[in-house]
Amino acid sequence: MQIGLEHYLAVAAALFTIGVFGIFVNRKNIIIILMSIELVLLSVNVNLVAFSSFLGNIEGQIFAMFVLTVAAAEAAVGLAILVTYFRNRGDIAVEDLNLMKG
Amino acid sequence: MLEAIAFYVLASVAVLSAFAVVSARNPVHSVLFLILTFFNAAGLFVLLGAEFLAMLLVVVYVGAVAVLFLFVVMMLDVDFVELKQGFLSYMPLGGLVGVVLLGEMLLVTSAVRTSGAFSDRPTALPEGVTNAERIGRVLYTDYLFLFQLAGLVLFVAMIGAIVLTLRKRDGIKRQDVSKQVGRTRKQGVELKDVRPGQGLG
Repeated sequence: MQIGLEHYLAVAAALFTIGVFGIFVNRKNIIIILMSIELVLLSVNVNLVAFSSFLGNIEGQIFAMFVLTVAAAEAAVGLAILVTYFRNRGDIAVEDLNLMKG
Repeated sequence: MLEAIAFYVLASVAVLSAFAVVSARNPVHSVLFLILTFFNAAGLFVLLGAEFLAMLLVVVYVGAVAVLFLFVVMMLDVDFVELKQGFLSYMPLGGLVGVVLLGEMLLVTSAVRTSGAFSDRPTALPEGVTNAERIGRVLYTDYLFLFQLAGLVLFVAMIGAIVLTLRKRDGIKRQDVSKQVGRTRKQGVELKDVRPGQGLG
């Protein structure tokens, strides 16, 4: 049986949906939200690499590398903000995260 | 045939463990399932012929990002059971949005299948050129400035993370360079007139 482009796209769609679902259901736990964002970015990477491979164009993989860079930077800064917030507040419930509201 | 089996195993494990990431009760388990998801995605990349990116995914995610998550989860003393509350009340809305998203994307996917615009197998590599070599040839020529910009993004993120987590605390001995450099002879040396046969007492 031949595995075509649409199989990879379906996997990426499932991963993306699970990521968005995770952001919805874990509204209080910001660590899981950050992990869900990582899942969404991973699904984008799967799409980029699949199209790159089936079109015979390497540039999709280059783009996936840049997405990977941004994802790593985002995780680092997000977790640093989380640690600072925990130090100041003593917990990480994002529902009361409205300190900067005017 | 073997390729199809490998694809289905990797894809199903990736999707199931991704679901376990968002539904696990314990965040440490979530991180471990995230590692499993990324590992299986790397396997899919290998099937697609993107070996370099697959190894990059394993090194960067399993080696760095997942460990970072693990450190933070274990460092924060948080009642995670309490944070899990509200899971069921948000479930209907999240499920609805998820079903709509998945339906739309599968619609597009089946449209791609029937359009016939893409070949039905990954394009064969040119002889004698590895995946990493192809990436390098394009990355260091056409995308040189973007590559350096990516380095800048990482640099700024590093500085940001350090500035955010650095804190000044009292009662800690630390080096003060300007104080050391600004020290004069008068402060550092003291001459004592010691009589012979007597100590400094």
